[in-house]
Amino acid sequence: MDGSFCKQILMKEVGMGVSRRQFFKSVAGTIAYAAVISTVPERVFAAWNQKAFMSETMAAAIAAKYGNLPIEDSAAIQIKSPEIAENGAYVPVSVATTIAGASNITIFSEANFAPLVASFDILPRMRPDVSLRLRMAKTANLVVLVQAGGKLYKAVKEVKVTIGGCGG
Amino acid sequence: MKVKAVAQNNVVSVKILVQHVMETGRRKDETGKLVPGHYITEVNAQHKGERVFQAELGPGVSKDPYLAFQFTGGSVGETVTISWVDNKGGTEKADSVISAV
Repeated sequence: MDGSFCKQILMKEVGMGVSRRQFFKSVAGTIAYAAVISTVPERVFAAWNQKAFMSETMAAAIAAKYGNLPIEDSAAIQIKSPEIAENGAYVPVSVATTIAGASNITIFSEANFAPLVASFDILPRMRPDVSLRLRMAKTANLVVLVQAGGKLYKAVKEVKVTIGGCGG
Repeated sequence: MKVKAVAQNNVVSVKILVQHVMETGRRKDETGKLVPGHYITEVNAQHKGERVFQAELGPGVSKDPYLAFQFTGGSVGETVTISWVDNKGGTEKADSVISAV
């Protein structure tokens, strides 16, 4: 089944007042979902850092991700994000750095239940410039850490959130 | 999953849009029961047999994740392969042919 077709069904069902949960119970939903699950599972994925992603404080998440590497503030990290996010469920964020030898960029939302949002390894051919949309529970600091050598560099930017995005 | 890869001056810009619930595991349904977490944990990209993108995501990433990145050494007509896996073992893979700006 073609993806856009599934989306059409989903839109239609939701429009008719059927919840997403009920949709997935429907036959069409089951087929669409099974199609995703059965796609060739390649063992090309590294180990996901569950401990860091489930940590409930910034300090615990940083320790789980990086151990106790020294951290210093840096002006060579640019965080692009809206000053005010009307919907905390979709906050567009871009992060770039000019720090030489950057090997990892990790993004945290300080007030989220689990602050670690996403972590990007800067591979040899990759540019240290990434974008994504993330959830923010409420007005808080976005914290970005960049690893280069045995050091961490840090930048912070506040985003004011009008409606929180973590569903209570 | 929708993937758009565009090359200019040897630099390829890739934009990815995945359809995924990204359920945090902390939301309650109508009956007050916690909805189990269901979210993408890893995304990567390959070009000419080499890994050019590697990301770990968690439940803090928005529903229907959007990701964008750039890599060097790619040109129009070549293929970029994007794969993701979620915490329930769900996975998807898509090939995208690099186009001109």
